[in-house]
Formats: sequence, structure tokens, C-alpha cells
Amino acid sequence: MSKMHIKLTVNGKEEELLAEPRELLIYVLRERLNLTGPHVGCETSHCGACTVEMNGKSVKSCTVLAAQANGAEITTIEGLGTPDELHVLQKMFKEHHGLQCGYCTPGMITRAHRLLQENPNPSEEEVRFGMAGNLCRCTGYQNIVKSIMAAAAEMNSAKEAAE
Amino acid sequence: MIPPAFEYHRPQDVASAVQILAEQGDEARCLAGGHSLIPMMKLRMAAVEHLVDLQDIAEMQGITTESGTIRIGAMVTQHELITSDALASAAPIIREAALQIADPQVRYMGTVGGNVANGDPGNDMPGLMQALDATFHLHGPDGARDVAAREFFEAAYMTAREDEEILTAITFAPHAKGYAYEKQKRKIGDYATAAAAVLIEKDGMVAGNATVAMTNLSDTPVFSEAAGAALTGTSCDAHAMKAAIDAMLNDIDPTEDNRGPVEFKRHVAGVILSRAISRAWDRA
Ligand SMILES: Cc1cc2nc3c(=O)[nH]c(=O)nc-3n(C[C@H](O)[C@H](O)[C@H](O)COP(=O)(O)OP(=O)(O)OC[C@H]3O[C@@H](n4cnc5c(N)ncnc54)[C@H](O)[C@@H]3O)c2cc1C
Ligand code: FES
Ligand code: FES
Repeated sequence: MSKMHIKLTVNGKEEELLAEPRELLIYVLRERLNLTGPHVGCETSHCGACTVEMNGKSVKSCTVLAAQANGAEITTIEGLGTPDELHVLQKMFKEHHGLQCGYCTPGMITRAHRLLQENPNPSEEEVRFGMAGNLCRCTGYQNIVKSIMAAAAEMNSAKEAAE
Repeated sequence: MIPPAFEYHRPQDVASAVQILAEQGDEARCLAGGHSLIPMMKLRMAAVEHLVDLQDIAEMQGITTESGTIRIGAMVTQHELITSDALASAAPIIREAALQIADPQVRYMGTVGGNVANGDPGNDMPGLMQALDATFHLHGPDGARDVAAREFFEAAYMTAREDEEILTAITFAPHAKGYAYEKQKRKIGDYATAAAAVLIEKDGMVAGNATVAMTNLSDTPVFSEAAGAALTGTSCDAHAMKAAIDAMLNDIDPTEDNRGPVEFKRHVAGVILSRAISRAWDRA
């Protein structure tokens, strides 16, 4: 089957590549663009480890075709923070033990990032409901929720200080 | 888990999409959000030679609630259903049901059109649309036609839609004040073990028109006319409730699967329907 020209804006950078339409977005990101932050957990649309942001939506990139993503703007965990300059969510996950093995973490943080864009002041229940598409085998979720609540508080007080 | 190869199309309007479907016959399939189709393709349970992605078709987007009719474009996502304030005031049962579908990531992609066109008895929107007495608008090579939601579902994955037709929009009237969508699932993000959509119009002190539709309890959604009729003229008391549940149990035909044996599903269906009736009556 012939390959198609695919254009993506990933973490603010324009990328062009040739891929078969049937390739899954997660593999385009990991294997063609070397962005190995998003992980493959289940490959069956259940675990959320592959979550990235596509055109302002949190999506499971194992269930998006390369062709479908053509023209899209994508943010992965690599676009949120760097080891030297962590995103507030990354800082809070670190501080509040929001991760153990870390496998689910890029998906958790990318999803939480979108959740806080849409609802900057979530209740604990709203965080749990909004994170329901992301599974973690290690933490028992308690500290993930704590980290996200702490990040929301931090982002809100930074916003207030700026005003 | 790699889908089989296919030719990809991204038409810009309904007419061009229909043309591709007409040319390719049953080798072609529409792609909406892809969250039922892509998993099936990955499992190699769906083979598609030509995939027709509907994402760029503007005519299939958007929600309008003018002059007594609610119109939802087939490509409206479950996330958009939940966040539409116009829809929440004109037909709040939609938000209540959409919030119980899958998980946030799936709801950003999954569309209302894909959910009903799919024909999977596990999908939540078909039963809901039957309760609302919605109309499905189809476009094919011979033009447009309308099919009532209550006439659309023939068997699992078999609907009144022809292969070369596209579902473009769904319309219905604002619903009764009493409403409830109640769903039993094994865990968040799961399909229903049993779900019930109930609408009750209050007429003085008693129930006027009442509608009941059940999900995942047969190979199609089940619009139970008899269950609705059992509530009309009553105050939805224990006696009426039991009559409605008995009528509903007569209409469903669940099969045993990993959600449980038949007796269990019938039990859950009764519990879910009684909860839905109570909540709808409280709101009526
Ligand atoms: C983990 C997970 C959990 C889920 N849980 C639930 C749940 O609890 N309840 C529920 O209802 N659903 C659930 N779903 C399914 C989800 O809601 C799907 O997105 C939805 O059923 C299909 O919508 P779609 O836009 O993704 O359609 P697609 O997958 O793109 O299409 C589905 C089928 O419909 C056809 N089609 C799509 N649009 C049209 C159209 N406009 N005209 C003609 N044919 C069309 C396609 O050709 C295909 O055959 C779940 C999915 C996942 C992955
Ligand atoms: S790898 Fe995509 S949801 Fe699990
Ligand atoms: S930290 Fe190990 S899976 Fe979440």
C-alpha cells in the first residue's frame, strides 16, 4: 500500500514524513519522531499510557490512524517540560509521589494538563472522573490525585500573582 | 495490533463522500471518531479497502436547538454533547447519558453518528435515541431520506442504513421534564450490563406520556412501548413500577456473556429500570 505525505505540528515543531495511512499515531511519534514519552501499555484503547493532546483533545494515540492525524497539532509529554525545567504537573508528581514505576506517568500528566485547561479548579471527584481513562498499576491513584490537585493550586496562585 | 492496509480518503462534503461509497461498494467504510472501527480493524475483525474519513465535512458538525427541533450533526463528539449548554437545557438526558459512555479520551473522539450507525447493541446512544423518538437523516446516491430511530436497528451490526448511505444528522424535539439515563457497568469506561432511558411527562398528579428504552439486553436496543404504557395514568407507585418492569422483561432478550448469565441480566435490568423511573418521576 502506498505511503502518504503526513504533516504534523508536534510540540510546536513542524514535521513531515511518509507513512502508511494505517500506521498508528503512537508509532509515528515513538518510532519515526523518536518521541518515546508516550508509552504503549495495552494497545487496545483502555489504559491511557499512550495519551497525547491532538487539536486540544486528549486522545489515546494507539487508536488514532496516522492519516487521521494528518494536519493536526500534537503535544506530547516532551512538549510540556524538560528535565531542567519541569512543568508544574511534573514537579507536583515528583513532590507528592504521583509515580512509582513511571510507565503511566506521561499519559497521566498529558491528560491532567488538558483537564486543568478545561477545569482549572477541579474538585477531587472531578479529577478522578476526568482521569478515568488512565490506568496505573502502582500508585493506587491516591497520590496521582493529590499531585494534580496540588498542581491546580500552584497554577492558580501563579495566575493570581501575575494579575 | 496493526490494522490491515487500506486506501484513505478525506472528502470535504457529503456529496463527495457518498460518491466514494457508491463507487467502492461494500469495500468502503466511513470513519468517524474511529473508536469502534479502529479497534475492530486492529483485531482484524473488520476489513476495509477504502476508508472514508468524515472529519472535514462541515455539514456534519454542530448542534442547533432552534424552533422546537434539536439537530445534532453526526460528527458531533460525545465531549461536545457534554459541553453544549444549549443541549443541556433543551435535552439534558443527552449529557446524563454521554457522561456514562467510555472515558474522557474516548469521548473526545467518539461521535454520536458513529455510536448509532455502528449498530452494536452495547452502544448507549441507540436506546436513548429511541426513547427520544429521534429521526436519523441519511444521504445516499439517490438523495436524502429519513428513518425513525425506532425503525433503524435490525440486528447486531445490521441497520436500515445502506452501505452507500451516510448518516448526516439526528433530529428530535425537546423532551419531557422527567428524564433519567441509568446504567449498570462493571467499571468506569465499560459498556452496559443493562441501561435504561426513561422519559415521563407529568399530567396533573399522574404520569402522562412515558417512554422506556433499554440497552444491551437484546441484539438491538429495546424500545418497550408496553413499559411506557404501564406508567401512563399512574403516580409511578410500586404497583405501576412493577407493571412497567414486567412489561420490559417481556420485551428484552439478553444472552449470556462475560457480563453475566441471563437471569442476572434480567435482574439488573429490573433494578436499573426501577431506578430510572424513580429518578425521572422525581424530576417530572
Ligand atoms: C475503551 C472504550 C470504551 C467504550 N465504551 C463505550 C460505552 O460505554 N458506551 C458506548 O456507547 N460506546 C462505548 N465505546 C464506543 C465509542 O463510544 C465509539 O466511539 C462509538 O461507538 C463509535 O463512534 P465513532 O465516532 O468512534 O465511530 P467509528 O468507530 O468511526 O465508526 C463506527 C461504525 O459506524 C460507521 N459510521 C460512523 N459514522 C458514520 C456515519 N456518519 N454514517 C454512516 N456510517 C458511519 C463506521 O463505518 C463504522 O462501521 C467505547 C469505546 C472504547 C474504545
Ligand atoms: S496503549 Fe493506548 S490506551 Fe493503552
Ligand atoms: S506508576 Fe507504575 S503504572 Fe503508574
